[in-house]
Amino acid sequence: MSQAGQKPGTPQAVSRRRFLTLAGIGALGLVAAGSGLKLLGGAKTRAEEAHTGAGERVRQWTAIFDLRSCDGCQSQNTAPKCAQSCILGRFVPEPMEWLEVYEHNIAGGGSQFVPTLCMQCQNPPCVNVCPVGATWQTPEGVVLIDQTRCIGCRFCMAACPYERRFFLWGDPPRPPETALVHYSPLHQIGAPKGTVMKCDFCTEILSAGRLPYCAEACPNHAFYFGDLEEDLATNGDKVVKLSQFVAENQAYHLKAELGTKPRVFYIPGHGEAVGRSPFKKGRLSVEWPWNKEGVKTWKRSGR
Amino acid sequence: MEALRPVDGFRQRLEERAFAPLIKTGRGFYLLVAALLLVVGWGVFAYSTQLREGLIVTGMRDRISWGLYIAMFVFFIGISMAGTLISAILRIAKAEWRMPITRMAEFITVVALLVAPAMISLDLGQPLRMANLFIFGRWQSPLIWDVFGLTTYLVASAIYLYLALIPDLGICRDRLSAAVHPLKRWFFRLFAVEWHGTPGQHHSLARALGVVMIVIIPVAVSMHTVTSWIFAMTLREPWDSTMFGAYFVAGALYSGVGVLIILMAVIRKAFHLEEYVTTGHFMKLGYMLAAFALIVMFFNVSEYVTAGFKLRGESEMHLAQVFIGALAPYYWFYALAGMVLPVLLIAVPFTRNMWGILLAAVLANVGMWIERYLIVVGGLRVPLNPYEPANYFPSWVEWSLMAAAFALFTLLIALALKLVPAVAVWEMVEHHEAKHVTETVSESTPVAEALDGGRLPGAPLRMRPAAGPADGGQK
Repeated sequence: MSQAGQKPGTPQAVSRRRFLTLAGIGALGLVAAGSGLKLLGGAKTRAEEAHTGAGERVRQWTAIFDLRSCDGCQSQNTAPKCAQSCILGRFVPEPMEWLEVYEHNIAGGGSQFVPTLCMQCQNPPCVNVCPVGATWQTPEGVVLIDQTRCIGCRFCMAACPYERRFFLWGDPPRPPETALVHYSPLHQIGAPKGTVMKCDFCTEILSAGRLPYCAEACPNHAFYFGDLEEDLATNGDKVVKLSQFVAENQAYHLKAELGTKPRVFYIPGHGEAVGRSPFKKGRLSVEWPWNKEGVKTWKRSGR
Repeated sequence: MEALRPVDGFRQRLEERAFAPLIKTGRGFYLLVAALLLVVGWGVFAYSTQLREGLIVTGMRDRISWGLYIAMFVFFIGISMAGTLISAILRIAKAEWRMPITRMAEFITVVALLVAPAMISLDLGQPLRMANLFIFGRWQSPLIWDVFGLTTYLVASAIYLYLALIPDLGICRDRLSAAVHPLKRWFFRLFAVEWHGTPGQHHSLARALGVVMIVIIPVAVSMHTVTSWIFAMTLREPWDSTMFGAYFVAGALYSGVGVLIILMAVIRKAFHLEEYVTTGHFMKLGYMLAAFALIVMFFNVSEYVTAGFKLRGESEMHLAQVFIGALAPYYWFYALAGMVLPVLLIAVPFTRNMWGILLAAVLANVGMWIERYLIVVGGLRVPLNPYEPANYFPSWVEWSLMAAAFALFTLLIALALKLVPAVAVWEMVEHHEAKHVTETVSESTPVAEALDGGRLPGAPLRMRPAAGPADGGQK
């Protein structure tokens, strides 16, 4: 019965080594099988679905905001039309502003308006931290979210240095005109509560050759959308050579020092091209029209 | 079987004391369990509200998107350090005074590691998709590192706890069969895995324990480190720190020892283990607590001085909110009552006694809980865009679930104490006998019979050690 008398014999050692080898091979096989399944399954079809470029050319979607022409819609006496149009066109639930016009202080005591949307980083912190691959980068350089996979851990929200990710804390209001729409990561309509949403660069609309809601709504044509690959961008009024336009106007990235490599450029300014004084402060707030009775929304910050 | 045994009745007294809770259950215990179940039940109700309505019922919003749940997760991960520290490190160091408290420490570890992932599941917006972590898990994500770390640590500490339990289960099976419920008898027989204390079995057990105690230390350190990396891997100024891993390990040691002191005091009183868990134990753990407090203080000062000297980026706002702003009351309570006061309580001879050390341990844990909260909420409260900082206050659902988590933690420990002895009987007996062998006596009467009979044969009714050396370290 006692095992103490047994010498540390060789048969046992060999069998242990064999066991470990077999276990190692088995574990490797499981990992390989898992990866294979993953490649064959969801990820591939989802990437195909998100790949909206026509033909062989893979678009590299880019945006340029000409802050010289942005006065926060002070001259229009409305809430920023870009942000408002985004909410209306994309059925953005209250209180999210996928595109929010922030008023930054500038040297000398004045202010500038900076429309801030998802930067479509090429080194996206949100994608890097997602534990389940629910947010990913398309071949066109756009970061999307699969709300059928998202577990709602909100790690991406903690990771995003631009605070451009929003959580569905409750059931989002669903406008009646979206009733027949099937969910897709490209438009995010039908995303369930407990998942994360954000600006998706209106990739569907860009691929169809039109400008996104924000750019289309801007009365001052301050928004350019374009394709790095073709090196062209347009604001709906004129077409510019993207690289030249960016270089000649000292365009910059928000928080470039973080190394996130955004796809959104800003041309410095405070609305001078449309006659705004940097000392004229303040802008109006956007509204969410589909606050039906009985639909619970939530306030922006905690109590 | 004849063996050399001392005649001071150490073994009988210990077995009587250690096995008494397994045999007899007082009304107090049922009341405790009922109260804890009530709190857990209230938590279940609160959680059902959250499942139905979504996380909208919490105080969290887009700007401060993690709150109490994540702070609780980090807190429970922290106190899970207790078992590793006391059992593994002291076992390696051959510190013999550890024996009466190793099992309690290991309980804390395993139970804290069971409660911690529950905190994560409370925080998920889509808890039913938790399996996605395993189906679609990306090893590149720090959260998956935590999943790996936590499961490995849980399995390792469960094995560690169980290995050291086997001989005691064997003793329970041999001695308590007559006195306990058949289900418990079956439990002892099954999990004692035919332990009969043969030299071969002792040899195997010692080897297994030796391997696990070595393995579990790096596992524990990496577990606490990857937990800190959930924060340190983001681009937020208050979390963007290379020392976060070490900081979390130190904080875990601090709160882990604190919880062990609290549990030790409770079990000592409830199970009348004064002979074995002595003032000496409180002193030794008190000194460790003070040492860890100083290490945590060191990290705290390093963190704020290096950030405050440069005031880069959002540091200024963060330090202002911590030192003089919205979070200042929490911070100063943590710093003064949670770190300085415990050290003073242990350093000053007048308060350096069991009650002083117990108070220090309670303060340390309140302080560390606040510190976790400050790390999570303070880090997220710093605006990354130009707007007024948001505020976060937990809702009734979050408070309820926090209470339920603590209740569940206590409940699991209380139930475990009814299933297995609170102290490592076999280890203490072996150690004592190796030290005090005097004379040959025969195997003692089964304890259960003795208890039924009201007194142990050959032992005095009041079982106080006459003048014999207690195996507790009180010198």
